[in-house]
Amino acid sequence: MATMIGLPKSAKPGDIVEVKLLLAHPMESGFRGDFDGNKIPRDIITEVRCLYLDELVFRAEFFPAVSANPFLGFTFRAVKSGSVTFTWTDMDGNESHEVREITVE
Amino acid sequence: MSRLSRRQALALTIGAPLMVRLTPASATPGAMQAAIASWSKGAAIEPGLVTLTLPLLVASGNAVPLKVMVDSPMTPEDHVAEIAIFNERNPLPDVIRFHFTPASGRAQAETRIRLSDTQKVHAIARLSDGTFRSAAVNVVVTAPACVEN
Repeated sequence: MATMIGLPKSAKPGDIVEVKLLLAHPMESGFRGDFDGNKIPRDIITEVRCLYLDELVFRAEFFPAVSANPFLGFTFRAVKSGSVTFTWTDMDGNESHEVREITVE
Repeated sequence: MSRLSRRQALALTIGAPLMVRLTPASATPGAMQAAIASWSKGAAIEPGLVTLTLPLLVASGNAVPLKVMVDSPMTPEDHVAEIAIFNERNPLPDVIRFHFTPASGRAQAETRIRLSDTQKVHAIARLSDGTFRSAAVNVVVTAPACVEN
């Protein structure tokens, strides 16, 4: 499963834009065991950021209680056309990001 | 002052120990209380203002939809800075923390969470004026997350 981003292509200035983000990640809690009784090591995303026009509009801190393939829904206020950058970081500090454009007029 | 009737006295005798028993059972477990206190730096938290939406009963605790919102003008002077979600019975009391700015437009977020058991989920909002408001929802979980493989 790949990362899925739901972001409208266009909006009017002042509109509240709804964003939906679905990340492909096991979010292994570190509390589960495998069939041999060994603990499966924790492997989670710890932070997700959303920048619009180079300004932080939303940030989330994840803990092991966030479900596998984490889903996030949030909003930002449309100002002008520009890029929306989504960045997520795992517990080892590995960063991934996706960029989308939105037309505001 | 009216004297107790025999019936009232009897009800009290039976009822009083029950009340004593029920109070600790509904109190939030200590680990969560400690996590909340360390996050809010011990500030007073007043119920209200926060709308927390979760299903009241779920078959599986693996992906429980959670939506939280606070009615706020989201201006630089008056906005919601953060909403933190806590739980009572998972291995860890923290669930997720949402950070907002006036550019967020709305203090609103949704996600899907794991619940290891039937429990209360708490949402606490930190407002830009430094005050804290909260809401809680009890979720009945018939098949918990975390324990099964």
